[in-house]
Amino acid sequence: MRLKLKVWRQSGPQLRGRFEKYELDGCDSRMSVLELLDHLNEMLTSQGKAPVAFESDCREGICGACGLTVDGRPHGWRDNLPACHQRVGKRRDGAVITLEPLRSGLYPVVRDLVVDRGVLDEVTLAGGFASVDTGLAPDADTLPVPHDVAEAALDLAACIGCGACVAACPNGSAALYAGARVAHLASLPIPSLERGRRARAVAAAVDQWFGACSGYRECARVCPAGVDLGATALVAKERWGAALHPART
Amino acid sequence: MWKEFVANARLVSPGNRRRFTVVVVGTGLAGAGAAAALAELGYTVDVVTLHDTARRAHSVAAQGGINAARARRVDGDALERFVRDTVKGGDFRARESEAWRLGRESERVIDHMNALGVPFAREYGGSLSTRSFGGVQVSRTYYSRGQTGQQLQVAASSSLMRQVATGRARLWVRHEMLDLVLADGRAAGVVVRDMRTGELRVLRSHAVVLATGGYGNMWYHSTLAKNSNATAIWRAHRKGALFASACFVQFHPTALPVSATWQSKTTLMSESLRNDGRIWVPADPDEQRPPGDVPEDARHYYLERRYPAFGNLTPRDIASRAARERIEAGHGVGPLKNSVYLDFRDALERLGREVVAERYGNLFDMYREATGEDPYERPMRIAPGAHFTMGGLWVDHQLMSNVPGLFVAGEANAAYHGANRLGANSLLAACVDGAFTIPLTVPDYLAGLLGQDLVAEDDQAVRAGLEEVNSRTEALLGAGGAVPAKEFHRELGALLYRNCGVVRDRQGLQEAVGQIADLRRAFHEDVQVTGTSGEWNQDLVEAARVGDYLELAQLTCVDALHREESCGAHFRAEHQSEDGEALRDDASWMRVSAWHSSGWGDEGGSAQPVEFVHHQENLHFRTVQVATRSYR
Repeated sequence: MRLKLKVWRQSGPQLRGRFEKYELDGCDSRMSVLELLDHLNEMLTSQGKAPVAFESDCREGICGACGLTVDGRPHGWRDNLPACHQRVGKRRDGAVITLEPLRSGLYPVVRDLVVDRGVLDEVTLAGGFASVDTGLAPDADTLPVPHDVAEAALDLAACIGCGACVAACPNGSAALYAGARVAHLASLPIPSLERGRRARAVAAAVDQWFGACSGYRECARVCPAGVDLGATALVAKERWGAALHPART
Repeated sequence: MWKEFVANARLVSPGNRRRFTVVVVGTGLAGAGAAAALAELGYTVDVVTLHDTARRAHSVAAQGGINAARARRVDGDALERFVRDTVKGGDFRARESEAWRLGRESERVIDHMNALGVPFAREYGGSLSTRSFGGVQVSRTYYSRGQTGQQLQVAASSSLMRQVATGRARLWVRHEMLDLVLADGRAAGVVVRDMRTGELRVLRSHAVVLATGGYGNMWYHSTLAKNSNATAIWRAHRKGALFASACFVQFHPTALPVSATWQSKTTLMSESLRNDGRIWVPADPDEQRPPGDVPEDARHYYLERRYPAFGNLTPRDIASRAARERIEAGHGVGPLKNSVYLDFRDALERLGREVVAERYGNLFDMYREATGEDPYERPMRIAPGAHFTMGGLWVDHQLMSNVPGLFVAGEANAAYHGANRLGANSLLAACVDGAFTIPLTVPDYLAGLLGQDLVAEDDQAVRAGLEEVNSRTEALLGAGGAVPAKEFHRELGALLYRNCGVVRDRQGLQEAVGQIADLRRAFHEDVQVTGTSGEWNQDLVEAARVGDYLELAQLTCVDALHREESCGAHFRAEHQSEDGEALRDDASWMRVSAWHSSGWGDEGGSAQPVEFVHHQENLHFRTVQVATRSYR
């Protein structure tokens, strides 16, 4: 299969980028988007040209490193799959695939398809953790957690931190990402002890860095971990909870 | 032994702790755990990760679970049994004392991770749920669906971020360690490269903790993440740290086979599939019928026949070896005849599609995505793939290498697993090392350095570290060849699978040692690296890593050649029983091999042969009775 690739090339954060077009022979329908890029890079390096910079690591859908825009969508064509699992599929010869970095003002381009998603860590830094020093934890069996609560927490904790939700959102909102994090921690016995403080701090960080959620739903469509759209309401819910229960620590 | 150490370890008083700086390289479970705990105690910590954020370390990819010797059930588990299983699983090729520490601290690991917010699977009564894993007959594996590693990693890295937020830990993202700095024979810092700009800097410290993972990617096709590499531990080795048991590498039996040259890795399918899937190959090597049409008497369920007691659930080394044996005998399936069937037909008939989907649905989907074949209709194809490396830098009971001040934690060391690792013991080892071992052993070392300043910024040792990295980088950029580093890596991987894979023999290893040396010379003459050192340069990063693999691979083959026995994952064709099982030689080889190497020459490759000096540590088993592993 012969494909045409239109790829965003940008040599550095401060430099002007542009689309380059490549014609690539020997493409296979089973290739993932990342393997397609591997294939392109082999062609480029064999010609002594700089390869297209892109990020990937586990290639099993769990590390969240591979964020890029494929034909206008974060990660690729199909809903709820990371780029490493987006397969090219059968296409007619000469079909065009466009590859760009994740498109968000919050994610400056480092090079080509690599962006800086450091802003996501602001949510963790603000309070997306449990303040328990190593060794001080009580016995995990003395604090029963109902089966369904543990499963629901895991549904939220499935987030792989790829940041596609923010890139997909026209507002650049982190409602899905931050909502999943605060609600996951709020639902478990020990992390919930600092629920109120966390809610206030994370909500402030979300306000400071990200756009507001106005219900476009794009985030949940692209989320490779399948985090439910309902998570977008949870920062607000936690924040209201903290406001209405000022004693909540 | 661990209890005695804890009781007598030297301490640093709280007021003095911030005067000590520790560099931790890697933010996986071992690195993040160590960095967070040291910062909580009050030490000044610099943490280095090559990722854009601490959470992406490869610990995320572990699926199955984490063992703990909590022994709450009445299924006969006990701390002693955990120790026995671990030591026996490793075929008696690692220290018993380390397994004791692992078992003892395992209880607190679960408590700690639970407190940090890991949603462990729970019973309907609210207590922690457990399951069984390969090579063990009790239920001691704690888990969060198939994402245990990810949940633990997010918890550990967020506790590190808590310390980053307080300013006690400084996090260097997108920085890769390229060398170790020694001053007066002690570890005094690391040279790191900012992968965005190419800027080099030395992070000076009183002690260095390497928690940089395993080297399975040396085999090119492996289950590891693309960025996992051996450079940190290999550069430490080049600075004098002994490398132990390099040839002990686990080949995972349920990886997806390589079916095309463009395929980037061998994706791991969870071992749990072997609970209900039956492994077979056609009895006739020339079988032409599609698998579904092959009648029962034309199928060879070789694991069930050969190991009736464990059947399809034999430990990983045995399952991988049996698969390879069938594939080599010409019974392999698939277009390249390099895989075996993992068939769910009987499970589907017995349990129904719904139950099978509930248990394995996400894995089946993943398989279909990757191969285009539907495992409900057609058996999966699996093959052994390079996975976990039991070998690594040699460490003592305190996780310190032979270089004073250089500590090694997690998969990067060779402490626990001997010749074969049991499932769910890797997450445990990483957590115990990071959260409960390093925070005690590093202070024990630091206590002796009270009042000692960091090495000066303009010290000869610091300048030499930077110069060495610079000259290595320039040599790669200036090689002026025409072959991308990936080509060499691919060739090395094929060579290793052939000659230092699931089964090795003397002749193959001897050939490999020479071929790898040739390949290394060719690499330094012909490698092509585009771009410059002062920018994001994937080519340069890859070439530097491949250069290190080419050296480590040689040591690995030397080690495999040297160890004249079969044990665990190291199977030498010359050393097998009449029925094809591994034949250990305890009289000669109940010991750990640790290697020193010299004479690598500059980056052009030296004309002199490299010299490998063998050291050994004899193993003594006091509480576990040495026995032959049998799974028949």
